[in-house]
Amino acid sequence: MRVSMDIELQDAPGQLVHALKPISEFKGNLVSVVHHHEKRTPRGTIPVQVVFETESLSISPLIKKLEELGVGVIRVNEEKYLERGTVVLIGHIVHTDLEDTIDTIDKTGYAEVVELHLSMPSINKSSSASFKLDAVGKKELRDAISLLRSIANKKDLVLIEPIESEIL
Amino acid sequence: MKRIKASIIGFGSVGQGVARVLLRKKEELSSMGLDIAVVAVADSKTAVIDQQGVDLAMVLERKASEGIVGDEHITGHDIIRDIEHDLVIETTPTNIDTGGVGLQNMLTAFNKKRHVVTSNKGPLALKYRELAALAERSGCAFRFEATVGGAMPLINLIKDTLAGNDVISIEGIFNGTCNYILTRMMEEHATYELMLAEAQELGIAEKDPIYDVEGIDAACKLVILANAIFGMDATYKDVHVTGISRITPEALMLAETDGYVIKLIGEVSKNRIQVAPRLVPIGHPLAVGGTLNVASLQTDLAGPVIVVGRGAGSIETASAILSDIVSVYKD
Repeated sequence: MRVSMDIELQDAPGQLVHALKPISEFKGNLVSVVHHHEKRTPRGTIPVQVVFETESLSISPLIKKLEELGVGVIRVNEEKYLERGTVVLIGHIVHTDLEDTIDTIDKTGYAEVVELHLSMPSINKSSSASFKLDAVGKKELRDAISLLRSIANKKDLVLIEPIESEIL
Repeated sequence: MKRIKASIIGFGSVGQGVARVLLRKKEELSSMGLDIAVVAVADSKTAVIDQQGVDLAMVLERKASEGIVGDEHITGHDIIRDIEHDLVIETTPTNIDTGGVGLQNMLTAFNKKRHVVTSNKGPLALKYRELAALAERSGCAFRFEATVGGAMPLINLIKDTLAGNDVISIEGIFNGTCNYILTRMMEEHATYELMLAEAQELGIAEKDPIYDVEGIDAACKLVILANAIFGMDATYKDVHVTGISRITPEALMLAETDGYVIKLIGEVSKNRIQVAPRLVPIGHPLAVGGTLNVASLQTDLAGPVIVVGRGAGSIETASAILSDIVSVYKD
């Protein structure tokens, strides 16, 4: 997941390294650090925005560690899913157990169906649906789509995937 | 001036296009030092032979008025075997199950040490290795730009202009009929059946459209690319193919809402060959409309290179054949 965090540092030399070290020990991969050295909070501290990616499922041990070191953690925003993809399905989507199709993706733990638009023109005709999938990364998005591919195969649905360069 | 004796074997739309183009470009060819004398023309029933050079304008006229090219009742294969000439322009129809007469024509041409320029996909999709090896052993040129993407330059682009580059993958639209049907379904919010009927009425789709709409034609072209560009030994049975006949107008509209068009995309790289309807972002270079073909190459040095062009048509396909002929004799 991707974590963005607002922290506050004491105005003293070496404080930034002091605050970033626990993140790296936590195996966080830093994406960006914005250090507002010219700004001061009403508490006289310096605000810093840090964004990093991590494979850990919980960051509370990291927050605890930072607070022990005297680094104020003001705001934390976790974004579990970094990639989004669209696919279109055609066929008897509802009658081939739509719930099962969605569940198979949701149960992976790395991807979810977050949007579904369904069009059913008439009872005897094929339905069409667009699925939006969120996944924790590019590889997982590919895995989720290939999982859908095998479901579509089994249920005789046509799966329309994005072109390669769209996923890359 | 180099005098080249050629035969045109197969006188349907493409063969006639070649005849027209040779007439129209006579001066340009002369200025390149090439005098192409067609000494024999054969269609499926008749033939005309003249060692001094057949009058192509007359043959075209006779084909139009009587449906035949001449009075001789010998086959194209006999011409290739028995009539002395240098170059066989093989434009018989594609047969994907056996390779058809085209396969025999090409094998005999190489055995007789004649160069072959062709638009016929069948023999290449089935027996590429065998043909290429025989051509090489016989010291003959074997050119087939017209088999993939019609007038859109692809094989010669890679082999000549992009020489030295490794091609990592090629993806694109290789069938104008499918592109037309999908484009029109999207424009009109109409069903596949309706737009197929329209395409048939306009002569864009055949009466029996299976070969195009089920992706077989595109698959053959990918196989030719897989063999000729990626050095694979594939036949069209190795291609994973899904056609467009199950695409609904609702699917196209849902895709459009999300910023996509649906196109029949062929894709070839070292580890996969497949044809399937895919989502292409609106505005992406592969999202071309109408009957156009397009190919996007990923190369190691030049990066991405994209070509767009007409994938079919009598004169358009003859253009690719002419450029092959010129490149055989230019040096």
